[in-house]
Amino acid sequence: MTSTPKEVERVWKKPPRIKSLGLRVLLGLALLAYVIYALNSFEVDPERIAYGMGRAGKMFGAFLKPNFLARQNYIIQGVLESMAMTVVATGFGVLFSIPLILGAAKNIAPRPVYFLSRLILVVFRSLHVVILAIMFVIMFGFGPFAGLLTLIVNTVGFLGKLGAEDIENINPETLEAIKSTGASWPQQILYGVWPQIATRFAGLVIYRADQSFRQSTVIGLVGAGGIGAVLETAMGRYDYNTAGAILLVIIVLVLLGEYGSSAFRRRLV
Amino acid sequence: MLEIRQLKKKYNAGPLALQGVDLKVKKGEIIALIGPSGAGKSTLIRCINRLVEPTSGEILFHGVDICKLGTKDLRATRKKVGMIFQEYALVERLSVMENILSGRLGYVGFWKSARRKFPAKDIQEALELLDKVGLSGYANTRADQLSGGQRQRVGICRALLQSPDLLLIDEPTASLDPKTGRQIMRLIVELVQERGLAAIINIHEVNFAEMFSERVVGLRDGLIVYDKPAGNLDSSSLTTIYGEEDWEATMPKLDSEDESCEEVSS
Repeated sequence: MTSTPKEVERVWKKPPRIKSLGLRVLLGLALLAYVIYALNSFEVDPERIAYGMGRAGKMFGAFLKPNFLARQNYIIQGVLESMAMTVVATGFGVLFSIPLILGAAKNIAPRPVYFLSRLILVVFRSLHVVILAIMFVIMFGFGPFAGLLTLIVNTVGFLGKLGAEDIENINPETLEAIKSTGASWPQQILYGVWPQIATRFAGLVIYRADQSFRQSTVIGLVGAGGIGAVLETAMGRYDYNTAGAILLVIIVLVLLGEYGSSAFRRRLV
Repeated sequence: MLEIRQLKKKYNAGPLALQGVDLKVKKGEIIALIGPSGAGKSTLIRCINRLVEPTSGEILFHGVDICKLGTKDLRATRKKVGMIFQEYALVERLSVMENILSGRLGYVGFWKSARRKFPAKDIQEALELLDKVGLSGYANTRADQLSGGQRQRVGICRALLQSPDLLLIDEPTASLDPKTGRQIMRLIVELVQERGLAAIINIHEVNFAEMFSERVVGLRDGLIVYDKPAGNLDSSSLTTIYGEEDWEATMPKLDSEDESCEEVSS
């Protein structure tokens, strides 16, 4: 090779993400300008903040003295309603999600079915629970039925997408092996697909039930029944002591649900 | 019993994987299919039970062209063609018995198979096969708790329970250690001969091909370039199949391995 005449010190520096210095500076300045502009658009009013602090003190003060008894019956009824919504929504959600799960898995569904199923799932998933709840309340009136439908749609969207992804990740050779025995399509699903996703699917269902319960507290605020509706009423009457009690009940139940669901999922092997 | 004529397969992206393969398999014949990776061995055997759809050509099985079969007839044909896989392809979360009985799926209705109500005769046969491959007492063990060799034995049982006429065997030993690989090959050949089945075995180990099969077929770039009774592979034929390499240097080792296993091949 060529002989180096003199030992030259060789240096290395991590190359910058954006090569051009000018562009880097420009982007930095643009970001700064936007942040200043955005902050100004909020009309931060010190007077209102001070006033709000007073109200916050009153509200949180009341939360510290929660009153479980004044509206005891409503709270119990709300909790039971939320639970019923969760259980029923999960059941129907599983049922309705099965055809979509099978249809939305690229490796087992015919192309047209795949696209249709994906389309349905995208629509279901793109609608946030609160928007869905408002829509169902408008359609079917206030009450837990609207909440139930909301949770079913949400459950189907969730299980459909993740279930289909699980099917797409199965070991294809196992399915080939079942195919090569002369098994029919339903048998292929039963032996070649289902055992490969069953455990994870059970985990998803449990997780989803837990999530449904949490959501049932939120959608109640827009009139879709459950404990959230009771909370909304209490807040609306400035009955912060009862509201505090309801919040505590929700926190405890959600924690229990989360603990229970993760304990259960750990046991799935 | 099996006659392949001008079989061609073109994958969407890429050249012809099979460029017109002709192959005749007689009843009870054990064929070793050797060739470099990517030569089309796997594609060839997967075309036979149409896990891969052939592009053109004919595959006559008992005189019927498999390529032209509709769904129902294809399923009936698949029942008669067992397959054994390199990575065993067991249903990991099912028990050994469920895996073996899945070989009967083509014969049993959906609800019966869903409730695991297989005919007593099938269960009897499955248990006998388990004894035969040395897995008695493992019926209720989950497949994912078995070792590689044990899994492959379950795979063999599953394929045999189909009561096939032809076995397609894809690299049965590639995931196993040399000793287990040998035992598995011996077991396969023993069972295949006992039942008078035909078998096509894709295999990488050239010495296994020579030891365990009756006929060695070499595939290269989607074409059959070698087809002779076992025991005729030499360095020039290896060059034809695999390309230029110093085969002589490794040949003596191959021979000595043959000797040490004489009781096996006899």
